[in-house]
Amino acid sequence: MMENRTDKNSYTILFAIGMVLVVGALLAYASEALKPKITENKRLEIQQNILYAMGVNDNEDGSVNFIPTNKVASVFSKYIKKQLVIEGDKVIEDDNAYLIDLKKEEAKAADPNYTRRLPLFVGEKDGQTFYIIPMRGKGLWDAIWGYMAVDKNLIVDGVYFDHKGETPGLGANINQRFFMDDFKGEEIMNGNSFVGIDVTKGNNDPKNDDKDDHEIDALAGATITSNGVTAMIKKGVGMYIPYLKTLKN
Amino acid sequence: MGLLSKKDSKLILDPLADNNPITIQVLGICSALAITAELKASIVMGLSVMAVLAIGNVVISLMRNIIPSKIRIIVQLVVVAALVIIVDLVLKAYSYQLSKTLSVFVGLIITNCIIMGRFEAFALANGPWRSFLDGIGNAAGYALILVIVGFFRELLGSGTLLGFKVLGDPIEKTGLYALGYENNGFMLLSPMALIVVGIIIWVQRSRNKALIEDH
Repeated sequence: MMENRTDKNSYTILFAIGMVLVVGALLAYASEALKPKITENKRLEIQQNILYAMGVNDNEDGSVNFIPTNKVASVFSKYIKKQLVIEGDKVIEDDNAYLIDLKKEEAKAADPNYTRRLPLFVGEKDGQTFYIIPMRGKGLWDAIWGYMAVDKNLIVDGVYFDHKGETPGLGANINQRFFMDDFKGEEIMNGNSFVGIDVTKGNNDPKNDDKDDHEIDALAGATITSNGVTAMIKKGVGMYIPYLKTLKN
Repeated sequence: MGLLSKKDSKLILDPLADNNPITIQVLGICSALAITAELKASIVMGLSVMAVLAIGNVVISLMRNIIPSKIRIIVQLVVVAALVIIVDLVLKAYSYQLSKTLSVFVGLIITNCIIMGRFEAFALANGPWRSFLDGIGNAAGYALILVIVGFFRELLGSGTLLGFKVLGDPIEKTGLYALGYENNGFMLLSPMALIVVGIIIWVQRSRNKALIEDH
């Protein structure tokens, strides 16, 4: 019986090498060729998210609608009056603060000699000033992140949350209206101390009428994602409290 | 189906019922459990798997005579992973919102055993056209079960369908909720997906006794 050509070791090895080269080249090309467009999409998305948190969006009942990408740049410069970078006691204005990568800053902050740069966005809507705080944390499977807009009394005006890979239908719902809308009006301070907002199962306040309880109804079936949001707010917003307190006075 | 010969249409129709990938071949269970808490996610996953399985089947079928048998599983894995990554990159560049919706599914598509199962069992031995039909058929059979499970889990677990509050508002106590009905939160958890799949298997096998395996 003739040996099958494709069973030979030499053929197998050559095929494997060829396949790796072809597929590698293809993926590298696709990734490089599409990179500028993807980066641009991500940049516009950050602007959309920041605006969303302060209530500048195209929301209709129930759905989450951002300012369209072709308009977002001009809307962003209209509503966002200042972009600040807080470095310890220093506060610097920087028009590209929204491009600061929170993940990289967090990694760098592991070095005790490094002063972490905290971006903060100052927006104005209907004569009111809002401070929009970006944050990043861990969900069940992967990263979660978000933006929280507070007014000068540190009462929440709006939030936007998103995630990389939470379970569809459960934890993935942190970017849905029924969850995010609950945060509006909640307080993050108790007197002079920061408490954040607990995403909790024992809330017993499904209509969210109680705005002083520092609690939001958790997502059914997504305990770890809910806890992740709580922890993210505690840690992420907590870092800004020293600066935000100076505004109150 | 006038377009297809009887043999070809069997490729599409069989996996919908008597050779269903989930209930009969018991493939693709992991994603059927993971993402069926909502009807919308079920539909998105069904369509994504259909696209990947149909194209992947054709690619594998075209390469079936040159793939070395010793490393064929690796080759299959490379084909499906490369395909999914390229589609994901293109969507990220040209349809960013859609890619955000799909992002969680990408990893689940690559690891879906139906895809490897059909490459191995069908595409390696059949021509591209038949492989294409087989891909569509099996993905449709998979999607069908996902939609059924998603329908019941979302309806009984959240009282909604595709996000619409079909049973009334649980917070305002309207519709069914005014009568004291409560959502069953257990439906949202994975064990209930397994039980719903089990019930489908039970119903299917008691209607068609030929499907019951011998012991």
